Amino acid sequence: MSSSTITTSKDKGSQSIWQVISASSVGTLIEWYDFYIFGSLATIISKQFFPEDQGTAALLSTLAIFAAGFIVRPFGALVFGRLGDLIGRKYTFLLTLVLMGGSTFLIGLVPGYKVIGIAAPLLVLLLRLIQGLALGGEYGGAATYVAEHSPAKKRGFFTSWIQTTATLGLFLSLGVILTTRNTLGVEIFSDWGWRIPFIVSILLVIVSIYIRLRMKESPLFSKLKDEGKVSVNPLKESFGHKANLKMVLLALFGAVMGQGVVWYTGQFYAQSFIENVCKLDFEQSRTLIIWAILFATPFFIVFGSLSDRIGRKWIMLVGMLLGILSYRPIYQKFLDMTSPKARTEASRGESVVKETPVANSTDLTRVTTTPVSYTDGSVFKEVKTEVVSADPAKAKITTAFIDKKVGGNTFWTMVFLVFIQILYVTMVYGPIAAFLVEMFPTKIRYTSMSLPYHIGNGVFGGLVPFLSTLIIEYTKTPENPAGDPLAGLWYPIGVAAVCLVIGSVYLTNKLDENVMD
Amino acid sequence: MNQIKRLLGIIWIVLGPAAIAFMFMQAAQKITAAAPAAKANIILQWGIIITIFVPIAIGLVIFGYYAFKGEYDHLPESSLEL
Repeated sequence: MSSSTITTSKDKGSQSIWQVISASSVGTLIEWYDFYIFGSLATIISKQFFPEDQGTAALLSTLAIFAAGFIVRPFGALVFGRLGDLIGRKYTFLLTLVLMGGSTFLIGLVPGYKVIGIAAPLLVLLLRLIQGLALGGEYGGAATYVAEHSPAKKRGFFTSWIQTTATLGLFLSLGVILTTRNTLGVEIFSDWGWRIPFIVSILLVIVSIYIRLRMKESPLFSKLKDEGKVSVNPLKESFGHKANLKMVLLALFGAVMGQGVVWYTGQFYAQSFIENVCKLDFEQSRTLIIWAILFATPFFIVFGSLSDRIGRKWIMLVGMLLGILSYRPIYQKFLDMTSPKARTEASRGESVVKETPVANSTDLTRVTTTPVSYTDGSVFKEVKTEVVSADPAKAKITTAFIDKKVGGNTFWTMVFLVFIQILYVTMVYGPIAAFLVEMFPTKIRYTSMSLPYHIGNGVFGGLVPFLSTLIIEYTKTPENPAGDPLAGLWYPIGVAAVCLVIGSVYLTNKLDENVMD
Repeated sequence: MNQIKRLLGIIWIVLGPAAIAFMFMQAAQKITAAAPAAKANIILQWGIIITIFVPIAIGLVIFGYYAFKGEYDHLPESSLEL
């Protein structure tokens, strides 16, 4: 261990380290919260700002969703990473916090498309891009800042607190959205109540800025600055020099790429699958994730701490391996547990019938919605769609079940299955901040670790919903119009498998105790 | 082990262009099949994906090349080696 690191830590005392962790973590958590509320409210935001029948607005919507995550996040990593290596960690991640908090607050204030027309989606797109940019700069700064304050033997443990923030940010965003929706009611929430989670963010950001302003610069960066050894051109040194570029590539393909898909599959894809494929009701699909996050979050600290003792590599790779082996059985279980076939019907509620004439024809479509209760306490909404026609060839009936509310045991089994997936997330994500910090030298650390992190998470992870849906599309045939709902899992499984091979063969499990260099 | 690292390098070199070709084929297929009203949006989606994936695939080729040349036979144990 470097003597300077020990001195720094001992001089400041353990309370000082906890101040560093809390100041960094609270800010990072708020940034994740800000980023996720946009995604969680995507359907409502689309209706308010990006009406589908308006061509340009729909294009801007695509840009807001795709560009913010895939292009702007890695670009933010480059911009703010460079800044962090030039002027310091503290002021850079203070700037990212202001940008993120400010743009989130302003999204909550932008008038809708009906009021100001095309200016509305343009403003939201601009603010969303600033959010992506800020997020790209935040994480690397916070992780570096904490790691550079930590003693070598506890670097995994201390940085794992930063690692909890992404999951807790999701937790907070789901919690605030559900609370606001339940308090105001669905109608008011869809009308203007959705703005509250955005506006509330400014209070959290002000508190976090106050805390961060009181923090000192990282001791390792201050030392470099005092010695005049700060990098003159961090981008060139990070990616222009073969010796460092090869480590950036190894970090991306041997660790972060797999971590990104495991993270997004365990939390976002699980929620999307449960809501859109299994057709669980809106509130239950979110409550389920909230419970699973609550139970799994302590394991970020457990695996971060364990990585200080047994090394980071194998904990991360075992997390990937478990995901590869168990994703398909877990998602098959989700399907089985939400199927009406596996249940005994107890009673049927009153049906609501709605008839709509088919255009340019005497036919009509009759939709009958009936709540069905089952002996296990589950209640599903049966939707029978009937085409009523004089021509027997046109007449057909299809039955689907939506807004499913599953009974006690099934609910908790599903919580457990999501918990298992988040446990894999804690294995791959808990140790990774310390792992990345130890891979790169102080003077270009912020730049070097931020880029692979945001490509791995933003691009490989962020594409899980899109590419998984695309793969399912390919399995659709006239005989099986719904396709194979589990086929989408081949994308995260494939990426994690390639990453597992690269990580196993090329990475070392040795801890780098000296991050002073 | 070093021999395996180098041989696997060839796979990573091949995987990069294969991924690029696959992406272009998917994009062409989806854009051709899209309804006229949705075409511009599909082009934009795939344009963004290809723009961001091509440099990553090139990165995989470089990674494979380094692996093949034995750059990962020994990983640096100190920043002085970087």
